[in-house]
Amino acid sequence: MKIAVCVKQIPDPATPYALDPITHFVVRPAEQVLDDTDRYGIELGLQLAEASGGTVTLVSMSPVGNLQGIRQALAMGADKAVVVNDPALRGSGALVTARVLAAAIAREEADLVITGTESTDGYAGVVPQMIAELLDLPALTFARKVTLEGTTLKVERQTAGGYDEVEATLPALISVTSGAVEPRYPTFKGIMQAKQKPVDQPTAADLGLEPATVGAAGSGQVISEVRPAPERSGGVKIKDEGEAHLEIVKLLERAKVI
Amino acid sequence: MDFALSDEHQAFRRVVRSFAESEIAPHAARWDDEHHFPLDVVRAMGDLGLFGIPFPEEFGGGGADFLMFCIAVEEIARVDASLAITLEAAVGLGANPIHHFGTAEQKGRWLPDLLAGRALAAFALTEPDSGSDAGATRTKAVRDGDEWVIDGTKAFITNSGTAMTSLITVTARTPDGGISTIVVESGTPGLVIEPAYRKMAWRASDTHGVRFERCRVPRGNLLGEQGRGLHQFLSILDDGRIAIGAMSVGIASACLDHAVAYATHRSAFGRPIGANQGLAFQLADLQVAVEAARLLTYRAAWLRDQGRPFKQAAAQAKLFASETAVDAGRVATQVFGGAGVMEASPVARFYRDAKILEIGEGTSEIQRLVIARGLGLPV
Repeated sequence: MKIAVCVKQIPDPATPYALDPITHFVVRPAEQVLDDTDRYGIELGLQLAEASGGTVTLVSMSPVGNLQGIRQALAMGADKAVVVNDPALRGSGALVTARVLAAAIAREEADLVITGTESTDGYAGVVPQMIAELLDLPALTFARKVTLEGTTLKVERQTAGGYDEVEATLPALISVTSGAVEPRYPTFKGIMQAKQKPVDQPTAADLGLEPATVGAAGSGQVISEVRPAPERSGGVKIKDEGEAHLEIVKLLERAKVI
Repeated sequence: MDFALSDEHQAFRRVVRSFAESEIAPHAARWDDEHHFPLDVVRAMGDLGLFGIPFPEEFGGGGADFLMFCIAVEEIARVDASLAITLEAAVGLGANPIHHFGTAEQKGRWLPDLLAGRALAAFALTEPDSGSDAGATRTKAVRDGDEWVIDGTKAFITNSGTAMTSLITVTARTPDGGISTIVVESGTPGLVIEPAYRKMAWRASDTHGVRFERCRVPRGNLLGEQGRGLHQFLSILDDGRIAIGAMSVGIASACLDHAVAYATHRSAFGRPIGANQGLAFQLADLQVAVEAARLLTYRAAWLRDQGRPFKQAAAQAKLFASETAVDAGRVATQVFGGAGVMEASPVARFYRDAKILEIGEGTSEIQRLVIARGLGLPV
């Protein structure tokens, strides 16, 4: 079985993000890290591949930089990576991202596509469904538990009130929630082997995509303005003279938390 | 000159740091308080490959350099000195002598489990009446047919008494008049492990007194050359000293980080206490010392990895880094004030854990002796 796992290199969340003042795009440093939430999809892919004797290919789209984030993912045990690397992709929106990833996945002839639910830098949260639509695959989103019996995928799909049990026959796409599996740490040998693993770096044209359909031009959207997030307001200070807990309960009730 | 770590060194540091912060740091204070050796976490460190880093792949090692091992030790020490010494001793004192002096058969028998972190080896050198003066070893080993018969008492032996301990290498005086090194496997009759010590430092590490009472092992358990045990041991110790330097750097930089964070957030007289030069300058000096200690340690590891002489460099690194760690513990505790003296405070634990770095694997006095003799002084 061929499993494609979508992963993303993002600027290190520990350092403040910078936006280009003119294009409003995120400034991407050469050293990007693996989006932490991608580790769940990689782990799921590895577990399914280990159980079925399959392979795991990472699929990504970004300026490659020093590939540090991709190597992190390879160190966990994935077999190879495809990173679509093309200046023409600059400014791509969610739909273009999905189009490019779908083209790369199609070229790999994957039986199963695994993604996270959303990236930690963009937070669009729509790319998995778009990929599924473009590849005409059933999309089993927000999976909190996944089992594969033969070619039948059974998924517990996280909902607001609990979970739904859904299933589909391969080929299919799953988006996994954080916590669905316990991601492994890369081993020392995994880290050393990661640098030897193949990283294919096709351009959009290599994937058969027309220039007009990718990048800012293909996105059909313009980021007209960006503003800093508003400062957090001061909140409410409660002085405890023995009754503070009641005040807190009231506040929580008002916020409909309890 | 190039001071940059390779991509692999950096990638590995990130993984070990993430493991240490997620799997060790949240529990370190409790393990310390309960004198608890966390077997499952030590095994997980084995799964990461930490115990095999500087050894050949042929026996399941990582085939990497000693600097890579130092980075692992440093990162574990940043959160928990007990687990750092567990790793350091298992590699530097446990597996290293077997790797250096074992026959092909001995290596094949013992190394794979040790390098995979499935088992731990201990090194029994120190005795109740001899530490730095290793030549005064009283433990005796005599030949009886195809066996060695060992009698004696050893003290402060790290990794000697857990369910993972598979063997103890013991130094003993042999009839040739010299000191020899002999491997005693766990469970051998006559090998008696005393109850674990109650320690001020490294409380979650596993340390016992060990007795050998008419303890018989096969003749083939002699490690290296008979009568050359002291010489062998001293060469092994140079490796260990670099690793203790790395541990010291980990503890010192953790103290610095905690102290800077506290000095930034804790206010007195209407401003952060770090706004006072009296305190800020102490932390500035500490950062310089930490960086110097790290450079000395990495340089010693680099010299070793290059196959160049590193005895002096190892002693310099161990001496300076361990004394820096103790300074760092003292300064950080001072910055924390009363909170720093509380057992729950991380700096209190680091302060206690730092002290023994000036003692184990060669006291500061022994390091100065090595360095002074390196200068040609008749000391």
